Amino acid sequence: MSGQNSYYVPHETKLPFLTTVAIVIMFIGAANYMNGSASGMTIMLIGMLLIFAMAYVWFSEVVTESEGGIYNDQVDISFRWGMVWFIFSEVMFFAAFFGALYYARELSLPWLGGDGYKITTNIVLWPQFENVWPSNGPTNSGGDFIVMGAGGIPALNTLLLLTSGLTVTYAHHGLKEQDRRKLLVGLFLTIALGFIFVGFQAYEYMVAYNDLNLKMTSGIYGSTFYMLTGFHGFHVTLGAIMLTVIFFRCLKGHFAGDNHFGFEAVAWYWHFVDVVWLGLFVFVYWL
Amino acid sequence: MSTNVQDIHEDHHHTPSGLMRWITTTNHKDIGSLYLWFSLLMFFVGGFMALIIRAELFEPGLQLVVPGFFNQMTTMHALIMIFGAVMPAFVGLANWQIPIMIGAPDMALPRLNNWSFWILPFAFTMLLSTLFFDSGGPAAGWTLYPPLSLQGGNSMPFVILSIHLLGISSILGAINVIATILNMRAPGMTLMKMPIFIWTWLITAFLLIAAMPVLAGAITMLLTDRFFGTSFFTASGGGDPVMFQHIFWFFGHPEVYILILPAFGIVSTIIPAFSRKKLFGYDSMVYATASIALLSFIVWAHHMFTVGMPLAGEIFFMLTTMLIAVPTGIKVFNWVATMWRGSMTFETPMLFALAFIILFTIGGFSGLMLAMTPADFQYHDTYFVVAHFHYVLVPGAVFAIIAAVYYWLPKWTGKMYSESLGKLHFWLTTIFVNLTFFPMHFVGLAGMPRRIPDYPVQFADFNAIASVGAFGFGLSQLLFIYILYNTLKRDVTAEDKVWDGAEGLEWTLSSPPPYHSFEKAPRVE
Repeated sequence: MSGQNSYYVPHETKLPFLTTVAIVIMFIGAANYMNGSASGMTIMLIGMLLIFAMAYVWFSEVVTESEGGIYNDQVDISFRWGMVWFIFSEVMFFAAFFGALYYARELSLPWLGGDGYKITTNIVLWPQFENVWPSNGPTNSGGDFIVMGAGGIPALNTLLLLTSGLTVTYAHHGLKEQDRRKLLVGLFLTIALGFIFVGFQAYEYMVAYNDLNLKMTSGIYGSTFYMLTGFHGFHVTLGAIMLTVIFFRCLKGHFAGDNHFGFEAVAWYWHFVDVVWLGLFVFVYWL
Repeated sequence: MSTNVQDIHEDHHHTPSGLMRWITTTNHKDIGSLYLWFSLLMFFVGGFMALIIRAELFEPGLQLVVPGFFNQMTTMHALIMIFGAVMPAFVGLANWQIPIMIGAPDMALPRLNNWSFWILPFAFTMLLSTLFFDSGGPAAGWTLYPPLSLQGGNSMPFVILSIHLLGISSILGAINVIATILNMRAPGMTLMKMPIFIWTWLITAFLLIAAMPVLAGAITMLLTDRFFGTSFFTASGGGDPVMFQHIFWFFGHPEVYILILPAFGIVSTIIPAFSRKKLFGYDSMVYATASIALLSFIVWAHHMFTVGMPLAGEIFFMLTTMLIAVPTGIKVFNWVATMWRGSMTFETPMLFALAFIILFTIGGFSGLMLAMTPADFQYHDTYFVVAHFHYVLVPGAVFAIIAAVYYWLPKWTGKMYSESLGKLHFWLTTIFVNLTFFPMHFVGLAGMPRRIPDYPVQFADFNAIASVGAFGFGLSQLLFIYILYNTLKRDVTAEDKVWDGAEGLEWTLSSPPPYHSFEKAPRVE
């Protein structure tokens, strides 16, 4: 029974099937919404709620098993590999959008401006177009807009996220030293910084839409800006929710100083959103 | 650290039966079987669509279907065969084989394993349901190039979200494969002692994790371009439709190797077994597989030579593509050298593996022809391309899957298939596959474009031959179903070590293997 030396193979479970059903409900709702159906949004939100519910049940089961001590070191390593490669897949997801940004800035816009062998596009279609970044394209898509500068909120957000990377490490040291105060304070600060970041980001979007006329429809600049910052903001939100879960688990006294994969997985994820932000700050806001 | 299995309840008699057993299972063999049966079903669904295409192309003119529906068939046929038939078949083989080949009790993450399978039936229901929409299913080709794909009907968001589901499934499956191979090997099985099939799957899993998210990004941009006003693929907003092709093929080319590397692993397992020799160069096989995987990330634009690229790009992608011939050549020579002076016998799996070597190499050579940029300007989007990729995918990937099924079926079921029926299946399949796809080289070189339901009269004869071949190929696969049924029904039990020349841990287990494959980890010397 007490299997420190045996690999835990879980028994039958309905959770993956039900989680899939929840995702499919969300996707069908989303597709209907995009096709202009009135009920689409409601179905999508129901699906999302169900996904959260399934995630809660599934993670509870895993946490209970973990706290019950039935995972040995080898199971722990499986989880670690799983998390590492999941994060790598996320990196590649962002790589697609960074690739789009690079392509637009270094290739498609210069070509539209008459660079290189594609000069005819410029002469025939848009002879007045000059390539200056940021650009909303030769047809001034979405109308004139003001660029989101790197100073101000983005710089502040960089500071926030970098600091939160430190505080989560501080919390980790607290956990390893079994110093509960250090752990909880560090985690709380990290969560607070994360949510403040998301709040600033939302405020920035409002400013962009209301005052700068910078929208999703603002040509390639608006497209790449909102796609990259939007997906990043979504990941920060997820990460902050994960940290909150960890915070409550710590309050309950979960995790040991030498055995706390759940904490580490979330910390890795947090560092990942941190690093992606640095890429964003440099390539979307700054350069 | 040993890997015994812990049964917290020790109540196997409580295992649910009927449908619930399959929905809730966390067992790698059950999930492997689910994957394989699902793949077989999709093989017939996609095959049926191929037969609609070939029936329409039997003679010039428009006979059976309207062009719009023809386009839906070519699009769906590709999506289903790639994501529904070949990839799930390989994952099914991985599920069955990886634990029993590395001496593990099960896959590393069993609940995740269940999840990655059960996403598939939902995703394909969603995808196939679009065929019944008023505006029809997707018709812009499986590559979903904008601006055409942005002009589709209501099916478009459903198609894209179902591809997202398939991507999630693949990524989760790949994560599980990597965790299993890196963490669950029997004591003593170092990386360079792993069976070659395990190596090819490990590398395939890396490709999946690196490539599938890029596809997700590309199709997400399609979605926002169509519904939320972004201009990624619209030149008037500063984007570029060609950019989609670059991002898509950055996924697409590794995807091609996802469809073939496990096949290499299978052939590299079967050839030594029936030649009764060790694989000629194990190390070089591993390094060649890794090289192919790395190269796959820097060759993508050879799918789009005619789209307009700077000259430096055309030359770079031509040369890197040709480089792939080196590791692939290493593999082919390895297989041939393994057979050299071996005591060969020709059971059904060996026949399929041998046909693989010859016919896959034909597909490889036509690939080299297509790799030459100036030549490709002539071949691009003709039936020559269709001939090329069907030669690497049907007598390539599909033959390897069939070979693997014949090779391991006795192990899985404990029953021996009928050798004479297997051989009949082989000969019918091999003759018809060539009858179907070889004439496509000729019509392609003569200039017949792909994805067109009608064609000039001068292509009529070869198209008629190809259509006859396709129907023969399709019907021959019904024999495969019968053989599977017959194997399960007949009373010929298989030995534990089914093939006298085979090596590996799976043959030390009973046939069929116990519920938790290796309750006690074996020691590998």
